[in-house]
Amino acid sequence: MAVTALKEYIGVPRDSIEHFGGKQIVYASWDHHLLFASSLMMCLPIDMPFGEMVDGPLSALVAPDPDSAALDWKKVEWMKDNKPFTPDFSKSLAENRIGHKDQIRFHTPGLNSLLKVA
Amino acid sequence: MDMKVAKKKLGMKERYRALTRDLGWEPSYQSKDALFPYVKYEGIKVHDWDKWEDPFRLTMDAYWKYQAEKERKFYAIIDAHAQNNGHLNLTDARYLSALKIFLQAISPGEYAAHKGFSRAGREFPGVGTQVACQMQAIDEIRHAQTQIHAMSNYNRYYDGFHAFADARDRIWYTSVARSFFDDAMSAGPFEFMIAIGFSFEYVLTNLLFVPFMSGAAYNGDMATVTFGFSAQSDEARHMTLGLECIKFMLEQDPDNLPIVQAWIDKWFWRGFRVLGLVSTMMDYMLPKRVMSWREAWEIYGVENGGALFRDLARYGIRPPKGWDDAEKAIDHMSHQFMLGLYQWSFGTSLHSWIPPEEDMDWLSAKYPTTFDKYYRPRWEHIKKLKAAGTPFKNFGLARLCQCCQLPSVFTEPDDPTMACHRETVYKGEKYQFCSDGCKDIFEHEPEKYIQAWLPMPALFREFGGDVPAWMDWVSLRDGSDNGDYDGSRDQKHFNEWRNLATSNR
Repeated sequence: MAVTALKEYIGVPRDSIEHFGGKQIVYASWDHHLLFASSLMMCLPIDMPFGEMVDGPLSALVAPDPDSAALDWKKVEWMKDNKPFTPDFSKSLAENRIGHKDQIRFHTPGLNSLLKVA
Repeated sequence: MDMKVAKKKLGMKERYRALTRDLGWEPSYQSKDALFPYVKYEGIKVHDWDKWEDPFRLTMDAYWKYQAEKERKFYAIIDAHAQNNGHLNLTDARYLSALKIFLQAISPGEYAAHKGFSRAGREFPGVGTQVACQMQAIDEIRHAQTQIHAMSNYNRYYDGFHAFADARDRIWYTSVARSFFDDAMSAGPFEFMIAIGFSFEYVLTNLLFVPFMSGAAYNGDMATVTFGFSAQSDEARHMTLGLECIKFMLEQDPDNLPIVQAWIDKWFWRGFRVLGLVSTMMDYMLPKRVMSWREAWEIYGVENGGALFRDLARYGIRPPKGWDDAEKAIDHMSHQFMLGLYQWSFGTSLHSWIPPEEDMDWLSAKYPTTFDKYYRPRWEHIKKLKAAGTPFKNFGLARLCQCCQLPSVFTEPDDPTMACHRETVYKGEKYQFCSDGCKDIFEHEPEKYIQAWLPMPALFREFGGDVPAWMDWVSLRDGSDNGDYDGSRDQKHFNEWRNLATSNR
């Protein structure tokens, strides 16, 4: 049983997608850029194109990092589910198979002003 | 004619028996299982409840007498503190942030422990256990009350104290402690005893209370020090109860060992995450510091904890599974968490700040292998952003861990340049974690943790991302309770009043 209980017990997930009014939670993390204390949480329309997310909310959130000016979004290495991933910038989050509470990561080799990476 | 017979007074031993063991009875028209329905489902086997030793042999009448005496002393000092402007004897008002964290996150935990022990006292069949739980339940509610009273005087003068109960329920940095206690209270009675009686009271309480109470003494906070003294003798009893309980389980049946070990693994890790708050308080929030978090860990974690687990080895218990990961995190966690508190300080009911130069030098000296290499460059950059008039606010809210509910601020155990990313899918739903320790706990009982009420998603789930509405709901007054200490009302008031008290200006 998936919980220690007197009898069969089924839990209800608190943060499932229907509670977010047509939007979904997407987490983003810039590898080795720990000025941002944690992965960044965004709440975005499911049909938002990936490129729009990158140019809009994501660019705004990473702006305080000194490497942000040199960031070339077309060249970064993406990951989803901690595995390599190639997004289509013109397609929506859903079409890119980015689901509710998924996390995308991006890696920018050579850009590391605040944190020397071994 | 009636003869007057001198009543023989009971001896200590008889008195103890009369007021504890003699209070129990064998049920005749209900089965024991019907009376105590929660005592078997966790799998712990008990053959003889009378083997439960009560090392304190304290009876209820003596208990009331001792506690009443302590209360009288406590309130006399609290009154003197209030009447003599005790709040102006603090080293600096930055210290208040440590108090606010304590009041919002930890004091409500005392109340939760009170509820938990009341319940455990009802659910355990043994009379010795019942009496011990009853006393601890009363201790815990007394601790919650005396802490709140001790700190209430600061509420008359400073921000962030007025709505600690709302902060406890709704704000994000308190949910690590709230979820710890919710998890324990929704477990069975034996697991509850390991969670609170053993993990919290025995393994972790010294790391929580010693630095906190010494911090209060070092920083001139008489009110909180007085509370510490008033609670100290209770804590000794609580630690003994926790240790007695674990030994009782292990001696009753060999089948109990793997269950108890799994609980020790789980509750050590959950407790260690609560200590994330404490490490930050010790390294950053005390204007006059007692010792570094690293030094406290060496004494109370490595030495005392190590001795305890060597003692328990004869029962087959090994140190908790997360012990090595914990050790690797010690030189990082306070810095990682303070950076988080600062960049999300628009959403905290306490102030944080960029450490002044001399604090940074102290941190370099205490953390020679990590602070200058990893954390000082971040603070220097944040300082630059502030000087440029664009103070760093991270509006990308944090990814919270589904288990401990802290923002995932921690790095890989073996790579401090890489954030720790762990995720899993359960019944088609994605869940994120801060560490292997938390992911393991989730995967053992997913039906429990999928229900977690996570404060950061709640901002979108319940308020559509409307931050002012969220602030009203958590009773956070924007512009006074939150933000940078530098320029805050607390800073301004403290300096003004202290000048009035110590000079002719």
